[in-house]
Amino acid sequence: MEAWFALLVGIFFTVAIYLLLSKSIIRVLLGVAILGNGVNLLIFTGGRLTRGVPPVIPEGADALAGPAANALPQALILTAIVISFSFFAFLLVLAWRAYEELSTDNTDEMRVAEPQDEPAPPLGY
Amino acid sequence: MAVSTSPPADLSAALVLEPVAAADWLVILPVAWCLAIGALLVMLRRPIGLHPFIAVAGLAGLVAIDGLLLQHVIANGPVTMVMGRWLPPFGIAFTVDLTGALFALTAAVVALAGGVYSMADVNDSGRRYGFYPFLMLLMAGVSGAFLTGDIFNLYVWFEVLLISSFGLIVLGSEREQIDGAVKYGFLNLVATTLFLVTTGYLYASFGTLNMADIAQKAEGLRGTAPLMTLTALFLLAFGMKAAAFPVNVWLPASYHTPRVVVSALFAGLLTKVGIYALIRVTVMLLPVEREELSLVIAAVGALTMLVGVFGALAQSDFRRMLGYLVISGIGSILAGIAVGGPGGIGGAIFYALHSMLVMTALYFASGVAAQLGGSFSLSSLAGLYRRHAGFAAISLMLAFAVSGLPPFSGFWPKVMLVKAALDIGAWWLAAALLVTGFLTTIATGRFFLLAYWRDKADDGLAGTVKARIPAAILLPLVALTLLTLTIGLYPEPLLATIQDAAAGLSEPSAYLNSVFPGGVR
Repeated sequence: MEAWFALLVGIFFTVAIYLLLSKSIIRVLLGVAILGNGVNLLIFTGGRLTRGVPPVIPEGADALAGPAANALPQALILTAIVISFSFFAFLLVLAWRAYEELSTDNTDEMRVAEPQDEPAPPLGY
Repeated sequence: MAVSTSPPADLSAALVLEPVAAADWLVILPVAWCLAIGALLVMLRRPIGLHPFIAVAGLAGLVAIDGLLLQHVIANGPVTMVMGRWLPPFGIAFTVDLTGALFALTAAVVALAGGVYSMADVNDSGRRYGFYPFLMLLMAGVSGAFLTGDIFNLYVWFEVLLISSFGLIVLGSEREQIDGAVKYGFLNLVATTLFLVTTGYLYASFGTLNMADIAQKAEGLRGTAPLMTLTALFLLAFGMKAAAFPVNVWLPASYHTPRVVVSALFAGLLTKVGIYALIRVTVMLLPVEREELSLVIAAVGALTMLVGVFGALAQSDFRRMLGYLVISGIGSILAGIAVGGPGGIGGAIFYALHSMLVMTALYFASGVAAQLGGSFSLSSLAGLYRRHAGFAAISLMLAFAVSGLPPFSGFWPKVMLVKAALDIGAWWLAAALLVTGFLTTIATGRFFLLAYWRDKADDGLAGTVKARIPAAILLPLVALTLLTLTIGLYPEPLLATIQDAAAGLSEPSAYLNSVFPGGVR
């Protein structure tokens, strides 16, 4: 099952990078969201995927009897989900504000901070 | 109620049972302190007049705490504290060695200077929208990143400081700021996500996130785990955070847009966190891979330096020029990481600390220049020397410092880096360092010539009026300048500490002992 998940993660990353390379902010946003989910899936897969085996140590033993899914990556994902969700929310609002202020969502036309026709520094005085 | 039949578990195998020594609480105190002050400021939402005083007192306290911590680490070696008393590698460890303590102290000094400067720079609306809480939370993130001994925890602190920096960069919501924040926000988020990807791979290969544990397991895994992939990914992720070429474009697009104090803090703190993480991971955790990638890192470093300084030469906006100089400094630090050895790593750490102080001071100076001259642009900025000769002197000192000229703090790390590069026969890297220094001198010298010595064309009178600079702005500027002068004139104690720090990174047995006192598990 891990192999299929690895493939799925690959597809997520492909889609995310394709979207991130686009000029439209909304598509970039979607790319960020998909990238975040791709990473979560990657960490999840990294912790083994075994169904129906609880990672509980039997009485008297001090290690797991057989292979079970590692619970730690799932805790890591929980942190990462919260973080990526809040960042997505922030960037969504930021994109909306940028559209309002700059009346464009094309990154090529966002040149307010870096004007194209800025004069070169003076050569003398 | 069911009675457990199993014998009572031996807790000493899993938990730290002795109470933590009082001095060891210093390890976690910088973070807890910043979070507490930040929370206090959030609660005191209405009396915004109090904010600057609480924040400056808090930051002064942070400097004191970090100073004590550094002293503690110098006296006792690396110190470890684990969360929830779980023994490492299971409990999240905070481990402070000399490098971390030095970076944390310098960051606190920079933040204190920023806090004082902000009293004159941040207006009521900035305060109302939470400049000071964001500043304290930013410092919590920065301190946490410098002090933690756990790689996932490092990621979390990166995110803490990133979200605070988002809050700071959009404060004011000018059109320019929104534009800059879009680029800053997206590219930095992608960079931290890349860091998370790498952390995922790292955990899958090592089964641990504790830095000391990774450092000691790396040797055994070298044949089987994809360590080169990990190192390359770390290099990309942290290089992006540090604004190394070719992933540096977000920095000059955004650093000149927020208010001056925010730019100054960002220039002093954020890229240096990326550099610190890169040093920690490549030098301490994966040294063999760093060695193998050293040519790549050196090439990236040389290109970063040159691209940065050429960018600085092409700018006519003071703050955008400074943004490119930040990048150029990052290149010098990367050159040190590439060279390795005590000279290279020591030079990199020294350069990073110097750059934190000087770049912050230079951004402060840009704010003063704009206040006196009415503009950030080289084409209209003129006559600053006549307006305030003392300020012109400070600016000249800072320009010398950033160019690496004696007797300022930029000189010694540059000497170390050039010497280390020549020692391993990388003459081209040494040449790049020297050419960069030369071009930086030209860029800042031209700026001084035009903005300070050139007379303002249109005013016969206004140019002769002496200006006054508010104490809250002058004080941090003078303090940082004196600090870089002191380091330049009397580098011995700092140099000795930095050499110990570099040795502790290349040979981390003291670090490992502090995390695993019983020896190797």
